[in-house]
Formats: sequence, structure tokens, C-alpha cells
Amino acid sequence: MRYLPLSKNAHDEMLEEVGASRIRDLYKDVPSSALLDDIVDMPHHKGEIEVERELSAMAAKNRSAGDGPFFLGAGVYYHHVPASVDYIIQRSEFLTAYTPYQPEIAQGTLQAVFEFQSFIAQLTGQDIANASLYDGSTACVEAALMAMRITKRRKVSIGTPLHPEYRKVLDSYMGNLGDVEIVDGEPDEETACVIVQSPDFLGNPHAYDLWRKRCDETGALLVVVITEIVSLGLLPAPSEADIVCGEAQSIGIPMSYGGPHLGFFACREKFLRQMPGRLCGMTEDADGRRGFVLTLSTREQHIRRDKATSNICTNQGLCALAFTVHMSLLGETGVRQLARLNHEKACALADALEKIKGVEIENKNFFNEFVVSLPKPANQIVDELVTLDIIGGLALDGNRLLVCATEMTRDEDIERLVTALRKVL
Amino acid sequence: MSAELKQFEEGFQQEMREGNRGLHYEESLLWEKEYSERSGVDLPQSSGIAVRTGLPERGDIGLPQVSEPQALRHFVRMSTWNYSIDHGFFPLGSCTMKHNPRLNEKAARFAGFSHIHPMQPVSTVQGALELMYELQNWLGTLTGLPGVCLTPSAGAHGELAGLMTIRRAHEVQGNTARKVVLIPDSAHGTNPATAVMCGFTVRNIPTGPDGRLTVEAFKEALYKGDENGADIAGMMVTNPNTCGLFERHIVEIADLLHKAGGYFYCDGANFNALVGRVRPADFGVDVMHINLHKTFSTPHGGGGPGSGPICCTEELAAYMPVPTVVKKGDDYIFETKEDRETSLGTLKAFQGQFGMFVRALSYIMSHGADGLAQVSGDAVLSANYIMAKLSEDYHVPFEGPCMHECLLTDKKQKSFNVTTLDIAKALIEYGYHPMTVYFPLVLSGTMLIEPTETESKDAVDRFIETMRQIAQDAQNKGEAYFHALPQSSPRKRLDEVKAARNPVLKWKAS
Ligand SMILES: Cc1ncc(COP(=O)(O)O)c(C=O)c1O
Repeated sequence: MRYLPLSKNAHDEMLEEVGASRIRDLYKDVPSSALLDDIVDMPHHKGEIEVERELSAMAAKNRSAGDGPFFLGAGVYYHHVPASVDYIIQRSEFLTAYTPYQPEIAQGTLQAVFEFQSFIAQLTGQDIANASLYDGSTACVEAALMAMRITKRRKVSIGTPLHPEYRKVLDSYMGNLGDVEIVDGEPDEETACVIVQSPDFLGNPHAYDLWRKRCDETGALLVVVITEIVSLGLLPAPSEADIVCGEAQSIGIPMSYGGPHLGFFACREKFLRQMPGRLCGMTEDADGRRGFVLTLSTREQHIRRDKATSNICTNQGLCALAFTVHMSLLGETGVRQLARLNHEKACALADALEKIKGVEIENKNFFNEFVVSLPKPANQIVDELVTLDIIGGLALDGNRLLVCATEMTRDEDIERLVTALRKVL
Repeated sequence: MSAELKQFEEGFQQEMREGNRGLHYEESLLWEKEYSERSGVDLPQSSGIAVRTGLPERGDIGLPQVSEPQALRHFVRMSTWNYSIDHGFFPLGSCTMKHNPRLNEKAARFAGFSHIHPMQPVSTVQGALELMYELQNWLGTLTGLPGVCLTPSAGAHGELAGLMTIRRAHEVQGNTARKVVLIPDSAHGTNPATAVMCGFTVRNIPTGPDGRLTVEAFKEALYKGDENGADIAGMMVTNPNTCGLFERHIVEIADLLHKAGGYFYCDGANFNALVGRVRPADFGVDVMHINLHKTFSTPHGGGGPGSGPICCTEELAAYMPVPTVVKKGDDYIFETKEDRETSLGTLKAFQGQFGMFVRALSYIMSHGADGLAQVSGDAVLSANYIMAKLSEDYHVPFEGPCMHECLLTDKKQKSFNVTTLDIAKALIEYGYHPMTVYFPLVLSGTMLIEPTETESKDAVDRFIETMRQIAQDAQNKGEAYFHALPQSSPRKRLDEVKAARNPVLKWKAS
């Protein structure tokens, strides 16, 4: 096996040194009832050619987004990832490093995390951001938990249509605690936070001023959830919020069937000590030279144990790096241009769909996705579109279909969708 | 030093933000670079139509801007300050820093894996479900625990999934009074943090004098709140434990726990010692997580992403999170909450860190059942070899054999005022990533060394030599020498107190 360098000779020498006659002797603390006599009944090792062949055969059974028209969004987006991003994240120095526990030999990772935190804080209009969380759905839970710690209240309001997967995750986590109420609507005097997704699950962008006012009146925190972070290049920053969190997969990270993606978490400085997850801070070394370290870890599990703000340890480090590289390539003008391009593609899609008889666009406003109502059940249409090699969007309830366009959407994709819909409706 | 060189040095220090010397690079933050008119991407021009967002267009964000070559250079230069497994030996205990095969990276990037959407009709992603099914099957077989849920995002998330499974089982069975989770004091911090997140309270079990759990201490903890242990939800035990030792009495302990009505959660961070040789089900485990980013070599990526699937008994499988992949005829489908109403629900949007599943399966297929048994065996042999070779120079607190990692302390070096931290920084000076330090917390000055199976004997021998040299230096060179280490790394010791006292967490224009 090419990954295992210990030779027969090495085995013999090492066994002699430890005073064992065979490796099995080293397992003497394992009760014999738990020590297998033989290797498990599964296939034996395979060479690189064979493994590559088998895995690419599995991959070939999947319809990938680049194979044809693709209009699915709903919290995971098909965007372009520049080649440089993937090159940087595959560099050994980043890919095969551990969490930067020894800062003297991890400044590359640490400076990148510092830049990531800076990018997130700027995009969200918040004071501070952490080094990442697992994904948007768990980030949303962490925001609610943090709001409950701060306000000492046990009620969470959902202000705008929240991604149904996020809602399910929120329900499961809160179910643990037994006494947390999750309700739809406006906050009141018992509410820890109101969660406002924007653009919401149905694609509608929201202003925050009225939510801010309600929160100030009731003492609830305003949590803004973003699932399409590219939107922040066009929509106003949610700077009124107390916490902004969500999913940053759209910048630098492929869809990869749902993960690994990139949870982000930003908030106001006054909540710093209640934040979940790792933080990277600037400092100096013994010679007074600037450097970076993981900091404020007295919030975290390895110091605080059962009193930690969260149990998270390993986060999404390399995905945060991909985001940071992509952001640095985009720059100020690139981010804004990318956002605009997404919006314009979605406008073109809306204009084209609206011309089909019986099809209506439900949204007055949108960023890069919106709901269309069809004259037939949407799930049936999605299946029929698959037979025409079109991934048509997400079927919602009844006749409603959630569709999305990004910079990857071509005019001919839209034409094919329109033609196909005319055929199947 | 000549006057010119001294002058150069001083100038170099001042210029440090962009200068370099030899192959020692300095690199400024992106925001400190001159704003470039050129962005690093060429996107199609926008048509400039009026927006339909219903909101004003965002103004200046204040982001930096550089061209593509500048951006690339920025990150390549920064990368040179990192130590990684591809650079050298990385004996970070409990973290399993093993070789990360590039084949796995290649496979994860096949378009059919990387450009598929989690809400695509399952008929269009049968290959992805097949892959998940295969991985479930392998993990179930290797652990002897047939219920497998791949969704958790990392070890800590797997712990949560596992404990919630236990919580749900008790709830469905009407045992709502079971609120206590027993956790050894050697446990990783995520264990107690997870138990609390799950609504449980934590009761500690003290580690015995041989670094392992004793039946007596366990019984005392088990019956402390109720003579029958009726308040116990379960226990969270890492096995092999964080001292690198297999819990000798685990079968007896698991029996007692089961008799009291509790479930056994195993933190599987150390599965690398067992894979292919010991199935945790056979020593009484009900549910455990596996860190794919440890045992199955999906890269750590400087802090993730990881992946922490859980495996559980058939009994508990009814309660574990959804979704899981099942096979129906020739088709793969997801089992959801509608199919399995007793499930605790969903712990993460979508199916999990799928890209990590591809890498892990690629690793598993490459090794096969035979190779995996060699993985654990070689890892255990190597750790025992290091322990034997270092037992004169360093204090070995607990008798072995150890499993895939060995525990030392700084007891001998402390008499020269040289501590574990100093030893770690000396290792950096000698070109190594240090071992895990000050963990576990059961003794002072612990050093946990995990070589993994992917190191040659030569590499291990050189590390041992270095450790011996450091032990000698501790006697001969004194504390001042050590406190100034490392000298040759891109940065010397960093001021962590300053970082915490005056937090600067993002770039600010000065
Ligand atoms: C013993 C142990 N348990 C749990 C964890 C947490 O795993 P993760 O970092 O994947 O969340 C670790 C990781 O360092 C560990 O060593």
C-alpha cells in the first residue's frame, strides 16, 4: 500500500525495541472479545487507476450544473470559481496544515483568517466577524442561542420566510433545551431575537429599518440571515442588525452536493464575548513584528468546557480561505459587478418567463431568484424538465416554482427553459 | 555584524511589510496595498438596467482591489509561513495528521461531484447517493454499528448528533428524568460543551492512577445521584482515551452503564488506533462519531472543513438524525423524517460535507479492509516505539502499551525550568510541528505525540533524536535559551496577552 512506508525490516526493529513479537501484542488492553481475529469482510486495497475509475463512474451518473440549463438556487448557488482560488486552496501549506495552534509556524493561515474576518465585517456592515461556522443553518442556530444568552429570553421569532432547512435545524437544536418557543412574526417583550432572512427564501429583499424599530421597542435582537452573500454587492448592508450570519458558499466554493460550505457570523463589538467560534486577532511577536494569533479563547470549549459559548472546534477553515481568495480577486468593483450581473440575469429570466401564457412572477422585487406560479403542479414540471435535461428550479407547494439565475446562466439556457416550459405546460 | 549589514537589518525591520530576504517573505494585508484599477476577475459588462430589488443600490463597500497576479502572489507568499503535513512530521496528538493523498482531492473535483446541487431531483444524482451509501456501509462495518448518519459537519457536531440521538431515545421511551452525562476528566473540551448544548448536565469521572478509568470511580459517579443510576442519560468516553490508552475495563463499565439504563457515546477521535482491528460495538458502544478528517485523511485545511458521521446500534438508528441513504431495488433514496418519525430531525441543512465523503471513500477504497488494518497497526507500533525510545529522557506517566499516540510530561525538564511550552517552541526551531501540548488536562505539562502510520522509521528516528537533543539542551543550555525560541520561524513567540487585552479582529484604516 503506497501510503504506508513502514517496511518489514522497520516493523521487526520497532517491535524489538518495544518488546513485542507482533503488533497484536500491543493491543493487549483490548478485551479479546473485542479484538478481531481477521480483517473485516470488505474489499481489499485497490490501486490508483482502479479507484479513480470507480469514483469517476459514480460521478458520471450525476447531472452536473455545467451539463446544461440549471436554475436551482434556494440557499446553494451555482457560481463561477476562478481557477486561482482552487489552486491556492490546494497548496500543501494551506490544505495539509492543522488549525493554527502554533502561531509562529501558521502565520499564513492566520493572516488569511484575519482577512476573512475583515471581508465579512465589511460586507455585512458589522463590527466584528468570527473565523467561520459549519454552514448557514448552524450559524443561524448559533445566532439564536447567542441572542438567548444575551437577552436571557427564550423565544425566537421568524420575521420573514426562512429557508425551510434552516428552520428544521433550528427546531431540532431548540428541541434539546425544552423551553424555547419558535414563532412566526413580529417580536414582543419576550422575544430574544427576530430572524430576518434577506433576500428571504422566496427571493424578496428586505429593508431593515422597521425591524430595527420593533427590536428597539421590545428589546429583542435583530438577526439577519443571508443565504446568498453575493447579494451584498448590490443590496444595502444590514448594518442595523445586531447579528448577521448565514452562508457564504457563493463566493469561492462549489455546490458540492450541499457541503462543505461556509457559515459566517458577524455582530456588534459589544457582543464580542458572547460570540461562538474561533477568532483571530492581531498582535506582535517578541521582536515587535506584527503577527496574528487565535484569541479570546476563554469563550471556547477547550478552555471553558461546559460553560463555552458553543461546542464548535474544527470549523470551515479552507472554505474561508477560498472565500478570501475569491474576494481578493473580485475586489470592490468585482463584487459589485458580480452582484449586478446576477440581478440582471434574473431580470432577463423573469422577463422571458413572464411572456409564457399562464406563467406569473410572484415577486415584485428580487435579487437573483424569485417564485413563478405555473398552471400545473411544480413538482411535475420539475420532473418533466429533467427529461429534457433541464434542472428547472425548486418545486414549492402546489404550482409554485423557485427559480434562480447567476452569472453562469446563458441566454440560450433561458431560451431552452422557455421552449421547454411552453412544451410541458 | 558589519555596519552595512546592521543598517540593512534595521531597514529590513522597518520595511518588513513588503520586504523579503532570501526566501523569508513579508506580506502586507490586502488593504495596505495600493488600490488597483484592475480587478482580479473579468466579468461581462453589466447592461446597467434599473434594479428591481426595491431597495437603494449599495454604496462603496471599502474593499481592497488587486489584479490576478497580485492576488496570487499575496496568498502564495503567505502560504510560505505555514507548516503542513506535506512539509514534515506533524505529531499533533489527537489530531491524526497523516498523509493526505491527492487522488482524493482529484476525485472530489470531478464535475459530477462538485457541481451538483443538494436539492436536485434524486434521479439526477444517483451516483452521489451511491457514494454515500457505500461510505455508510464501510463505516457501519468498521464500527459494527449499522445505523449511519453522515450529516454532522465535524467531530463536535457528531458529538451533538450522538447525544441528541440518546436524548431522543430516552424521550420516546418516556425517560425524561435522565439528565446526567458522565464524562471522564481526560475528555476533550467539546464533550462537556456538547452535553450542555444538548440540555444535559455533566458529571465528571476522575481518571485512575494508570491513566485509565477504574470500575470503582465509574460506579461512584454512576450511582452518585441515584442508587440505581436512574438519572443517567449516558456517558461520553473517548476510547482509546486522550492519554493514548485503551480503556481496559471498558466492557465492564459499559455493562454497568447499560444496566443502569444509560447509553454509551464514544468519542471516536482516536479511531485511527482501532480501524480494521477493533469494532467499537464489540466493547459496548451504542453510538459514536468518526472524524473523517482524522482517521480517513480528509485534509484538515488549516482548521476544517471536517466531517463527523455518527454510527449507532440498530436500536438507536430509529432516533438518529435524517437524512440517510437507503437502497430500494436499484434506486438510492433518502430516508427522511416522514419515513422515520422517531428521528430527532435535522442537524444541518442538506446532506452533510459531501466533498469530504468523496475523499474519505477514495481513501478507504485505496486501503481496503487489509490496508486499514495495517493503518491502525502501524500507527500503534510507531507510537509505542517513540514511547520506548523517549522513556529515559522524558517522564512517561502511564504504563503502556499505548495505542496510536503516547503521552509524556515535562516533569524531568521542569527541574531546569524548562516547560512543555518551551519544548514545543524548541521543536519549532528544529523544524518540526510540536505535539499536542497541555492536553489532556489530567496531569500538568502533558505532551501528546501521535506519529500516524504514514511516517517512515527514518522520519520517526530523526524526531526521536531531536527530542533527545532537546532534553539534553534543557539540562545544559538553561531556561533563557529556551524562552527565546523559536528564532528561525517567520515570527518569534507572539504576544497572546496583548491580542486578548486589546482585540484587533479586522483591518482598520489607521
Ligand atoms: C478527543 C477529541 N474529541 C473531539 C474533537 C473535536 O473534533 P472536531 O474538531 O472535528 O470538532 C477532537 C478534535 O480535536 C478531539 O481530539
